Amino acid sequence: MSNPQKRKAFLSGNEAFAEGIRLARPQVISAYPITPQTLVVERLSEMVEDESLAAEFIHVESEHSALSCAMGASAVGARAFTATSSQGLLYMAECLTYASGGRFPIVMMNANRATALPWNIYGDQRDSLSLLDCGWIQAYAENAQESLDLALMSYYIAEHPQVATPFMVNLDGFVLTHTYEVVHIPDQEQADAFLPPYETENKLDFAHPRNMGFSVGPELNDGFKYKEHLAMVHAKAVIAEAEEKFAKIFGRTYPGLIETYQTEGADYILITLGTIAGQVKDVVETLRAKGEKVGMIRLRYMRPFPNEEIAAAVTGATAIGVLEKDISFGNEGTVYTNVNSALQKTGISLPTSNYIGGLGGKNISPQDIECIFQSLKKKSAQVKFLGLEEV
Amino acid sequence: MLEILWHGRGGQGAFTAARLLGAAFIQTESGFALAFPSFGPERRGAPIRAFTKLDKKPITNRSEIEKADFVIYLDDTLFPGEAAFAELKPNGKILLNTKETWEDEQIITIDGDCLATEILGRPITNTVMLGVISTLAPEITLDHLTAAIASYMPPKLQGKNIALIKAAAETISKEAHQ
Repeated sequence: MSNPQKRKAFLSGNEAFAEGIRLARPQVISAYPITPQTLVVERLSEMVEDESLAAEFIHVESEHSALSCAMGASAVGARAFTATSSQGLLYMAECLTYASGGRFPIVMMNANRATALPWNIYGDQRDSLSLLDCGWIQAYAENAQESLDLALMSYYIAEHPQVATPFMVNLDGFVLTHTYEVVHIPDQEQADAFLPPYETENKLDFAHPRNMGFSVGPELNDGFKYKEHLAMVHAKAVIAEAEEKFAKIFGRTYPGLIETYQTEGADYILITLGTIAGQVKDVVETLRAKGEKVGMIRLRYMRPFPNEEIAAAVTGATAIGVLEKDISFGNEGTVYTNVNSALQKTGISLPTSNYIGGLGGKNISPQDIECIFQSLKKKSAQVKFLGLEEV
Repeated sequence: MLEILWHGRGGQGAFTAARLLGAAFIQTESGFALAFPSFGPERRGAPIRAFTKLDKKPITNRSEIEKADFVIYLDDTLFPGEAAFAELKPNGKILLNTKETWEDEQIITIDGDCLATEILGRPITNTVMLGVISTLAPEITLDHLTAAIASYMPPKLQGKNIALIKAAAETISKEAHQ
């Protein structure tokens, strides 16, 4: 369905992401297909076949091999890409910390999907959120245009010498990966002006021999981990730099780690991530028209986490809700845990509530979101499963 | 917002039509569109639904359409009769591929199987319905539909499907003038 000659196209999230990756000129793509990520891998293999993308496409036997292969490519200084989803992401989990610890700036697209059991191919965010601690930058897209743009920006941020950290771009399974919408595809010249070729000293090079993939004892290990942490924290500044350069070249602006919608003067703010944010915006608009002071925050990044940005956006609010497609059994949603920590660290004391919804692709209706805003008025902290418990 | 709900069976091209309609509309001045199928595994012959949303501003609500301006049935064995109106907005229209006739001004019928067999050689009626929509929604022109088919259908299918949307539009226009 893709047509590289058309600048304005009607593409699915997967296809838009593949177009963004083509523009980023990866040299090695190693991936294993899994629903709902399959289309991005198919499109990229077609692009390599028809020579509109000069990359090695390596067919691998598993997700574990897909990321191992991408690391090998990155270790000789190549720009590498992979993509996965759900059980595939969990199967490659062992390699995730190798890639981040090795400081290989690989980009991976993850199609957010439920985790087994019960077996379910539909969207939720339990796959990627369960891996927040593996040292990868994590971004969450709302639409196909943002997906394409993140494909380009992710390499800029990941490969920045002071970041050198792998980057996971998350697209909601089906709702984003399989929905067709208007996408503006930039020119290759624009993409090249934005994203220079990958240059690194962190590679196997006969002229400059170095040790890679080594082991260290207790006396040095924490130093490496500290550096990984500092690099991830520094990524915040590089995200801002990337978005500024992106706006200059492509004319599209992005708001940094969070997007705020009608938070100015809002009493009740709902924090969420991914595509459901679009529906929350619609409900906020409806409620605002009725005079209700409500707003929304969309978390575009989960790592690095926007602690200060959230704190600044909720100043003056009366109560906060967090809507997420995740549950950490026995506690609460992981996004909620992170938001509460941000508020506590920045000295903000507000009642917060957690709404768990959309698990395994379950529909979250506009009525559900209105109910959430109504329940926030009770100002009582609660963790509730939408549709299964009264909110 | 103009909302179109497609009913068909796996293999009849309901989602392809939903997508072509979106691709046609985004060519209009500040035209935005979303198109998606009912998600999940598709089996040939099993009932499926597809959705097209068209608007003059970005569309952020990705949920399934509950009430549509046009509810389309590519296969009349899926048409539930009176119950179909539950999915229709008050002034909406039902577009039905059938050999039967219905005495209801909200139900537009066309013998798409006959038309498609004549032109495509097969009773695949998804693009027939695009031609029918062009007679009901002034923003959807045959030119935009032709351009969408030329961009997003495999080359060998383009010519006949462009002929088919035109034939379908003519059929409906002729009936309207009778």
